[in-house]
Amino acid sequence: MRPVAADEIESLAIGAWILGTGGGGSPYLALLNMRQLYRKGTVCQLMDASELDDDDLVAVVSNMGAPLVGQERLTDPKTMALAVTMMEEYLGRKFRAVMSLEIGGGNSIQPFMAAAMLDLPVVDADCMGRAFPEAQMTSFAIHDLRMYPLTLADVRDNAVVVARAASWKWMERISRKACVEVGSIASTCKAPRTGKEVKDCAILGSTTKAIGIGRAVQAARRAHRDPIDAVLAQERGVKLFTGKVHDIARRTTEGFLRGTATIEGLDTFRGHRFSLAFQNEWAVGWLDGEPRVMTPDLICVLDTVAGEAIGTETLRYGQRVTVIALPAPPVLLTPKGLEHVGPRAFGYDLDFRSVFG
Amino acid sequence: MRRRIGIDVGGTNTDAVLLEEGGWGSSDAGPPRSEDRVVAAVKTPTTADVTTGITRALADLVRQAPPARHATAVMIGTTHFTNAVVQRRDLDRVAAIRIGLPSGASLPPFVDWPEDLARLVRGEVVMLEGGHEFDGRPLVPFDATGMREATRRIRAAGITSVAIASVFSPLNASCEEEAAAILREECPGVAVTLSHRLGRIGLLERENATLLNACLIALARKTTRAFTEALRASGIAAPLYLTQNDGTVMLAEVAETYPVYSFASGPTNSMRGAAFLSKRETVDRHGRSRSVDALVIDVGGTTTDIGSLRHGFPREANNVVEIGGVRTLFRMPDLLSLGLGGGTLAARDPLTIGPTSVGYRLTEQALVFGGDVLTVTDVAVAAGLVDLGDRARVAALPASLVEHALARIRKMIEEGVDRMKTDASDAPLIAVGGGSFLVPPRLAGVSEVINVPHQAVANAVGAAIAQVSGEVDQIFQDLGRDEAIARARRLAEDKAVEAGADRATLNVVEVEDLPLAYLPGNSLRTRVRVVGEIAR
Repeated sequence: MRPVAADEIESLAIGAWILGTGGGGSPYLALLNMRQLYRKGTVCQLMDASELDDDDLVAVVSNMGAPLVGQERLTDPKTMALAVTMMEEYLGRKFRAVMSLEIGGGNSIQPFMAAAMLDLPVVDADCMGRAFPEAQMTSFAIHDLRMYPLTLADVRDNAVVVARAASWKWMERISRKACVEVGSIASTCKAPRTGKEVKDCAILGSTTKAIGIGRAVQAARRAHRDPIDAVLAQERGVKLFTGKVHDIARRTTEGFLRGTATIEGLDTFRGHRFSLAFQNEWAVGWLDGEPRVMTPDLICVLDTVAGEAIGTETLRYGQRVTVIALPAPPVLLTPKGLEHVGPRAFGYDLDFRSVFG
Repeated sequence: MRRRIGIDVGGTNTDAVLLEEGGWGSSDAGPPRSEDRVVAAVKTPTTADVTTGITRALADLVRQAPPARHATAVMIGTTHFTNAVVQRRDLDRVAAIRIGLPSGASLPPFVDWPEDLARLVRGEVVMLEGGHEFDGRPLVPFDATGMREATRRIRAAGITSVAIASVFSPLNASCEEEAAAILREECPGVAVTLSHRLGRIGLLERENATLLNACLIALARKTTRAFTEALRASGIAAPLYLTQNDGTVMLAEVAETYPVYSFASGPTNSMRGAAFLSKRETVDRHGRSRSVDALVIDVGGTTTDIGSLRHGFPREANNVVEIGGVRTLFRMPDLLSLGLGGGTLAARDPLTIGPTSVGYRLTEQALVFGGDVLTVTDVAVAAGLVDLGDRARVAALPASLVEHALARIRKMIEEGVDRMKTDASDAPLIAVGGGSFLVPPRLAGVSEVINVPHQAVANAVGAAIAQVSGEVDQIFQDLGRDEAIARARRLAEDKAVEAGADRATLNVVEVEDLPLAYLPGNSLRTRVRVVGEIAR
């Protein structure tokens, strides 16, 4: 267990936005909350999963809802903590620690907000290793762990416990309905996990990884070096394409933001074309019509000069971007993992082939 | 005959132009047309008190063209309020009222402000229950009792300007309106800024714009009154309008309550003036003339701004804009700034262009003016693109250097232009500004480069031709796309009429719709902007 410094939270926000692979929501407001808490003396603790006893209980937290609503109804550590204490009351047991549902985007910082209020440590882990759009796209689901109970807290003292659900799909449908009812924004505590489950089934070290990526970007910027090279070196990633956004088409279906983007090559990629398909996050990339990269490999689109991640909601014509791939956590690459998060889970009739061979 | 005076108060110069109606018609109504003419143009140095410069410019203008005295309207564009924020001067202490508890309690007003600015502006901070959901339902009932208590604190603290922001007020403004009514009852004479009048969805950024507006209101009132006096002292009886970021105007007495609307009016006026001076117009199916879609490049002494015009208006930025270190999100032109201007340095071995510039000292330091610094102006003179200073002083520059430097400049411009395009088709490019000779006549991705007369006073011309606008940015649910846009259009038209437009002259200039993730019922965020003539 170790204390997390204020500047590490800043790095976490940068790294998590890159790991968001186009989605996950901006960490800006969660970061502002942490700055406020640290200014008042908070210091969060980060613990290694190995420090958990097998029968310890860990709270898996995340914000749920529409990113746009989150810009008006600002995220709040108290509500995040409320979802956790509700779960404790429901279970009649105390949590040993909290952890993140997804390390990509704003949900990377939510466990720190809960931890600060509850004086609990944050486990250095998540269950996506990136961001994904759907509830069953987690390492816990891949390991067939139970998907209930779930608690959902609203800022107005409305609270919902989903005691049981027949499947991940049902859990998603029921909790989404409750979330919409309270204004399409809520704090949730997902099915609690034992220490053993976390050690066996979570994606370990992901908080440290996100902080490391953020640090590499910051150091490169300070030294006027290329921040994208720094990310690639840090994560042993691969540069796939550099170019200019030529076309972007978006639509919402079933509550998801779907669409395609086309990038025209520049520099060494001149004369080539890269297409990207997305469902909230980048899902598949084609180089000159041939599949080049696909989920669950992490596809990140970064501003070529600043190295900042660009989301599927904000990409626009003319931007100079670089597409990189980062390796996915091994659990997502197993046959079972690919059933949940491989290209076919997103409706692409492609056999998964990793960029990393 | 319709005559308009346009004035641009820049950091260095105050420019003024007189625009007269051309052709046979002599009616006072109708939008400016390409046959309208610039009959006089003057340039004077900007003065520290601003108004002296304006008075001088007006005197020069009247001397050049005596009919200027009978102008029907005077439009002023100024960067005065932006500068006040950036330089942290003449700002008032304000009370911030946030309505939205129990939501957002952990991130109070001023939360991400630079500390030095917050210390100057932060008076009382009040957070109250109330606000709305994205679908218009109330979040919780508005705490009117708390509001009454807050007014007593505001009065006791001697605060005279108040900013009110409520959750989802762009969708339902009733909480802000109710709070304002209570405030006016309890603290008569206090200036009130309501967030839904200023910004879009995004509470913190909208609230920031509201707070900036509130801290500038006293300065704005003082400044617009000084402008009015300068006008009267020059013997001009016409009504005074101030130009806004989006290229439209408001009557000065209305504009003085919305100083943030003028934050970026300088570049906007320059782009609008460029469009007008290019005399490119299309006539729509109702027989109304509309400016053509084009890109504009404004090459100054130190930087180049590139923007995109749609129906003669600058495309607006969709992202966060920082002003004096404060994040805001409201109507601002989408601009790309490059470190390229007439004073930009050209270094040899290896060849680099900028970003350093000699700026306004160009006429002392450039080679052609007897200095010893190689600037891009020297390169342009050597290449015969422009005749400035003493050409003999650059005769010895190697031809290959000149050629490579020009190729580099061309590449910078082509890349910048390409970034500002919204699609891959070729677009016309209008070149203005003192350094516009640097823009090559043919460019990749550009259908034609258009050079215009009076390009050095394009921003004053842009002020003179301004109209009135209305805008709506709202989420619509369970409506077809066409229906949502039609409804937004009606709301935008109502707003424009409220701001002083003649309903019969309103045109839609911008429509944008964005589907939203994770919201039920096919939610569509729709933005519509309409523009029309000043109602008489």
